[in-house]
Amino acid sequence: MLLIDCPFCGPRAEIEFRCGGESHIQRPGPHTEVSDAEWADYLYNRENPKGEHRERWFHAAGCRRWFNAARDTVTHRFRVTYKMGEACPEAGESAVSEAAPGAVAGGVI
Amino acid sequence: MSGWRLKAAGRVDRGARISFTWAGRTLHGHPGDTLASALMANGVSIVGRSFKYHRPRGLLAAGLEEPNAIVQLETGAVAVPNVKATQIELYEGLVANPVNAKPSAEFDLLAANSMFKRFIPAAFYYKTFMWPNWHWFEPAIRKAAGLGNAPEGVDPDSYDHRFAHTDIMVVGSGAAGLAAAIVAAKGGEKVLLVEADAELGGGLLAEPSEIEGLTAIAWRDRMLAALSGMPNVTVMNRTMAFGFYDHQLVGLCERMTDHLPPHQRSGPRQRLWKVRAKRAILATGAFERPMAFARNDLPGVMLASAAQTYALRYGVAPGRRIVVATNNDSAYQAAFALHDAGVGIAAIVDSRARGGDAIAGAAARGIRTIMDSAPVKAKGRRRVGGVVVAAVADGKASESIACDIVLMSNGWNPAVHLHSQSGGSLAFNSSLEAFLPSKSVQAAVNVGAAAGIFDLDAAIASGRAAGQDDAVAAPLPASVGPTLHFADGDARAGTAWVDFQNDVTAGDVQIAARENFRSVEHLKRYTTLGMASDQGKTSNVTGIHMLSNLLGKAPQAIGTTKFRPPFDPVTIGGFAGRAVGENLMPIAQSAAHASALAAGAKMENYGSWLRPACFPRAGEDEHVAVAREVLAVRGQVGLFDASPLGKIEVKGPDAAEFLQRVYVNGVRNLKVGRCRYGLMLSEHGIIYDDGVFAKIAEDHYLVGTTSGHAAAIADTLQEWLQCEWTDLKVLVENVTTGWAVMNVAGPKARAVLEAIGTEIDLSRDAFPHMAYREGLVGGVPARIQRVSFSGELSYEISVPWNYGRALWDAMIQAGAPHDIVPFGVEALMALRIEKGFLHVGSDTDGTTMPQDVGFGGAVAKKPDDFIGRRSTMTPEGRRVDRRQLVGLETLDTGGAFECGAHILASETKGIGATQGWVTSSVQSPTLGRPLAMALIERGTARIGETVQVWDLGKGRPARIVDPRFYDPAGEKLDG
Repeated sequence: MLLIDCPFCGPRAEIEFRCGGESHIQRPGPHTEVSDAEWADYLYNRENPKGEHRERWFHAAGCRRWFNAARDTVTHRFRVTYKMGEACPEAGESAVSEAAPGAVAGGVI
Repeated sequence: MSGWRLKAAGRVDRGARISFTWAGRTLHGHPGDTLASALMANGVSIVGRSFKYHRPRGLLAAGLEEPNAIVQLETGAVAVPNVKATQIELYEGLVANPVNAKPSAEFDLLAANSMFKRFIPAAFYYKTFMWPNWHWFEPAIRKAAGLGNAPEGVDPDSYDHRFAHTDIMVVGSGAAGLAAAIVAAKGGEKVLLVEADAELGGGLLAEPSEIEGLTAIAWRDRMLAALSGMPNVTVMNRTMAFGFYDHQLVGLCERMTDHLPPHQRSGPRQRLWKVRAKRAILATGAFERPMAFARNDLPGVMLASAAQTYALRYGVAPGRRIVVATNNDSAYQAAFALHDAGVGIAAIVDSRARGGDAIAGAAARGIRTIMDSAPVKAKGRRRVGGVVVAAVADGKASESIACDIVLMSNGWNPAVHLHSQSGGSLAFNSSLEAFLPSKSVQAAVNVGAAAGIFDLDAAIASGRAAGQDDAVAAPLPASVGPTLHFADGDARAGTAWVDFQNDVTAGDVQIAARENFRSVEHLKRYTTLGMASDQGKTSNVTGIHMLSNLLGKAPQAIGTTKFRPPFDPVTIGGFAGRAVGENLMPIAQSAAHASALAAGAKMENYGSWLRPACFPRAGEDEHVAVAREVLAVRGQVGLFDASPLGKIEVKGPDAAEFLQRVYVNGVRNLKVGRCRYGLMLSEHGIIYDDGVFAKIAEDHYLVGTTSGHAAAIADTLQEWLQCEWTDLKVLVENVTTGWAVMNVAGPKARAVLEAIGTEIDLSRDAFPHMAYREGLVGGVPARIQRVSFSGELSYEISVPWNYGRALWDAMIQAGAPHDIVPFGVEALMALRIEKGFLHVGSDTDGTTMPQDVGFGGAVAKKPDDFIGRRSTMTPEGRRVDRRQLVGLETLDTGGAFECGAHILASETKGIGATQGWVTSSVQSPTLGRPLAMALIERGTARIGETVQVWDLGKGRPARIVDPRFYDPAGEKLDG
């Protein structure tokens, strides 16, 4: 069970959250201008990287806010969590909550 | 073999006696005994029968790695199947039986399997019972194999869950664990020390040597005394760390009452802990490896360390004349302990050319040592009578030694399970011939024997280092002697057991290698090596050694199979915790629940709600009750509790714009005080929900949803607002359980509402169909929507939840002069089918789009984008042969169709290609004939056409019709 650092509530257990999948996906529009291929890409095609994945999470049993996270799909380490609408902080940049130095897989304890 | 109680040794309380029952016999033991040690003390040598061949088996180990002594503990509902005798603390009146043995472990009818052993090796079942069909053979084979029996009846015990956080968790209370805990605690951090055993101390409980000038037990007592004086330390015994999960989470199973006689147990039986530890110190010890030699599963062949534990901790000896076979020094300690306790040691057989330091002790005690040698065969029929020893160099038998016990030690495997589960890697250490923890990926460190550090002083030093977060020194190289392997094809390999619990031999490993199952994962599955409930604790590494030897490939290159939680079996009840029976999920009840029950409601579960299905009167079945309720609504008036309907407040300057993007229907042109029916789609264009939304004020809407979707839709709206349309100023709140809703429907509905008394003008012109009003009803603030799912004049009156029952009661009272009838969900469904009203989830499925249910025009008319719109325009959405929702009339006297019956072309003979299916069906009480709705290819254009309905194996004629069966002009609901 993951430990997830909600930018609004701090580190909480995974059972309080729901993962919403890949983040930073732009909804194409207006509908009259969008090709079938573009729409299919928006609906179905996802990154599925081995490594860092930027995804959105919902603190359903907490503050009920959505936020973004950069999580490693191999180690499950959360590098950083950040608010909706913000760009993902690069490694080394300060963020809403950077993983503590020396923290192990899964980041902040 | 014949075990016996030593005169003095051990930690059992000889002053007290415990009676227990084994296989129907009454035996005695002492407090401090396990079932295993007590059986040994009573001379019981056969403790069970093996899984596949039903061979007689004795104790192999003293701890949780025991593969043979699998027993059925207690009987009836509290029975525990497949528990190891080595883990059962003896208590007064304990009842245990061997498993997989009929009629008894001593005499087992299926032992004949053992005679055919050479005909049923690994993969025999795969190869033999394939033709004609495995399922013909499966029941008999399953019955012959298998272990204990499931308990009878519902589990009477309760189980608990707890969460905890700690700075440092120490797993294991042996020398290294205690040392680590003390040092860690001195730093002031919160320390949690857990021990699976009832007694703290691990290997110290059977350790003959001194530590820092004290006996091992005295040293342990001093450490425990120090720990008990520290307020930042928590020590838990009978608590097994069974899994190391992501992000420093360790699962613990605390056994609270298992050690007590059943009648003395109270409170939860076990407690499952989920503990986050900032740092974990794993002092989990090691398991001794058995040796593979012919007939090494005879009762009387056991691990050397186990015999040491039985002697020094429990004060029992397994026999009287013992041969010790080893490839390392540790077994000498076992031999010395037994010798010093008065047990005869016939010889120590050592595979090394010259022994280690311990050999001096053998000489001093006058124990004979046979070097460069290893056992090749145990002798005896039902227990050990001797052992044949061969030279390691050529494998040729050199001597046969009479004995009643063979102790074996082929080296040690660190218990790397938790380390591996945490993501840590393993490295093969050729000096120890074992896999040791290598890299950790979580904050976890291994100490003591778990790290391959077997020297006691070095183990303590490693614990202390880890306790203060210093690096742990590498293990000392050890001199582990060679292992005698059987040549491929040697018949003796067929009775040289590797996995005792799953009956896998060296011969089976040879078969797998020969047939090219060379990956360790394939070896495991082909032979079932390591797949028993012990998960190969005594067998996996031995199997890997053999495969390595057969393939000429280094063990590191072969690797291990994946270590998965749980480390040791955990009761399913522990994982379920309190979430069983009525607590499995919360069931919601309406505010008027009690009044509905008093009115004779037959309650059923609808999603998470318990709701009246109908209100049968004396002598009525459900069918008759539903028909009466329907006719009452059509004829005079009915009362329906609609409280579970989803209610979501949407408020803010951009509320209209937001809902315009959410609904298929237009929202912007709705006037304050009016309602509109709306469809919601998923982004894939599929109908997700429907309901009525009302405009309360310019910036305020009330969104109605189906009962089952209220929470999910509130979440979805939040997601769109927070993630996509962040510029919109809108608040969304799910108020479903804030308002109780009573629906009064029927020609007399207005009269009932007037009788209760309201300040709202209810006249047809002032409060028309699809209007919304607020005001006092019966003195209570209410929201009223004039909407209708029944097709009659209908009001939905919402009041604050706690007034719900009062409103129901007032309605029944005020409606009495009009013969008001309470009606349930089933009558409402019949009413809506008569009207041809869509029910999302019944008349739609995961492919249904708005154009399939008559909303194509609404979509085309709306200029704006909305959720799912683009998906309705895809080639799939534009297909002309889409299934469309239509009505269906029967053309015979066969009654109502079954839902799900397929639609075929009328000329089809027998079964043909489907054109759709019946989605809703009812014998209409109002119209007196069967009615149905169906999704049919090109249905709308085919109205009037005759089709065939394949109904319960019979083709029946039907006609496609407009689904508005009753009052198609809508005069009633407008009344």
